[in-house]
Amino acid sequence: MTNTTSQTPYKTRYEKLIAEAQSSEMILNMGPQHPSTHGVLRLELITDGEIVKEVIPHVGYLHRCFEKHAENLTYQQTIPFADRMDYLASMNNSHAWVMGVERMLGIDKEIPKRIEYIRVLVCELNRIGSHLIALGTYGIDIGAFTPFLWCFRDREHIMNMLEWASGSRMLYNYIWVGGLFFDLPVGFEERCKEFIDYFRPKMTELNELLTENQIFISRTANVGILPLDVAISYGCSGPMLRASGLKWDLRRVDEYSAYPELEFDIPVGSGKMGTTGDCWDRFKVRVDEIEQSVLMIEQCLERLMKDLKRTPDFDPRAKLPKKIIPKEQDFYLRAESPRGELGYYFITDGKSEIPKRVKARAPSFNNLHVISEISRGILIADLIAIIGSIDIVLGELDR
Amino acid sequence: MGFEDIKQLLTDKFGQEVVLGEEISGLQPALLIQPDRIAEVCLELRDNEKTFFDFLSCISGVDYGIGENMFGVVYHLSSIPYKTQLTLKVKKYYDRAQEGLPSFPSVYSVWRTAEWHEREAYDLVGINFENHPDLRRILLPDDWEGYPLRKDYKAQEYYHGIKVD
Repeated sequence: MTNTTSQTPYKTRYEKLIAEAQSSEMILNMGPQHPSTHGVLRLELITDGEIVKEVIPHVGYLHRCFEKHAENLTYQQTIPFADRMDYLASMNNSHAWVMGVERMLGIDKEIPKRIEYIRVLVCELNRIGSHLIALGTYGIDIGAFTPFLWCFRDREHIMNMLEWASGSRMLYNYIWVGGLFFDLPVGFEERCKEFIDYFRPKMTELNELLTENQIFISRTANVGILPLDVAISYGCSGPMLRASGLKWDLRRVDEYSAYPELEFDIPVGSGKMGTTGDCWDRFKVRVDEIEQSVLMIEQCLERLMKDLKRTPDFDPRAKLPKKIIPKEQDFYLRAESPRGELGYYFITDGKSEIPKRVKARAPSFNNLHVISEISRGILIADLIAIIGSIDIVLGELDR
Repeated sequence: MGFEDIKQLLTDKFGQEVVLGEEISGLQPALLIQPDRIAEVCLELRDNEKTFFDFLSCISGVDYGIGENMFGVVYHLSSIPYKTQLTLKVKKYYDRAQEGLPSFPSVYSVWRTAEWHEREAYDLVGINFENHPDLRRILLPDDWEGYPLRKDYKAQEYYHGIKVD
């Protein structure tokens, strides 16, 4: 399909696909208001009966000019915009943004340990919340209603805790350049421990109800198989890439923040129910990642309650720079968000508080791209299973 | 393989006229490549056993400012087996008054990731990619006027009768 432009009268591959559709084929629009597209995503399908011949994604319905905004605001003012990119994992977004700015300023080594641990704690809580949505909505996509309610019930506890710490429910603006908005409220660690004790058995229940459910396995195993070489070539990252069997987690590769001091495994897909890289593997990797996040939270809590205990004179804003003017350079920072490699590319001029150029590399953007490759010749119902297993957040995809 | 080794490797393979220089002042050093040869350089970096940059993290189109009339593309490469990263840059003089867009070769044939990233650079910065199979706007509507991330961008006043604010 490469180099079609030079030989045919069509300017783009898209034009060619639409123009050369057979009379027996139907062009079908799925979305932008389709419930299982997880937001405003439009997929144009060329179908032959129930068989999908080609999938053409159309994105951009939720474009909010993040990069343009970032070029007109100071670094601290952009944090709320970064929060709104992936609205299910705001903490992870702002953590990556803040780390990038701190490294450019050269203050990343001076951040107190307690602050780093609180950052990792809230990020992992947020990761669990984000994965719970992925799991719950995936269940509902393919017909299991109860797990959705269970996941939202458990996620609500996380939302309440993070609201207690930051003041807002979903979009926190909690992690700041050089520190935090506030210290954790008194009693947060204890409540977090209670939540972990409550949450562990709930995951076992969810696994019994959904992960090992025979109907669920029949719908997801051997569906939407993503081979590893395709995943790498398309730039897939996060659970998508790991489900295809590669141990690649930026928390381990780049060793940022407090992660080098924490013990955790990197779950990978093994093809237990079908083939490595199928929808079930992607689901299972997220389930396993929740368990690893729980382990990390426990380690963070232990340190936060012992040697990094809260002291009356501890000020999380003590290291906040008065003016953020990084010296002239360009810098790309990547971090592991629940969906994969989240990257920010900064170009600064060394004179102003406003970056010259910012580019956000959204994991969902690359993860969705692969859909047209793995969805040729499948049934329409399986396409729903594949979209859900990619776990896209359109806010981040369109930025 | 360190940055200097990679530079040496590319200079040996392609010669001085392809590896134009380096930027080593910041935290991440970058190689400046001759724009017309970028796809070959990328293919070499991907396939050479010593570098093996099999993962393309990001492509960013950049407008370097109104006065400079310089457009560029920045490639962030990552190697999974070696756990290394590399930044490549291409730059071209482009007068804003002239017809057409600044044009660079597409690296779509090296990494599929490039397809959507290049569409995005075309959409927002207005950079043409030669031999791209499907160069359309991606985030903005097809009939949008102008390229919003250019430094001289002015939004159109009305879009289908709706005031643009």
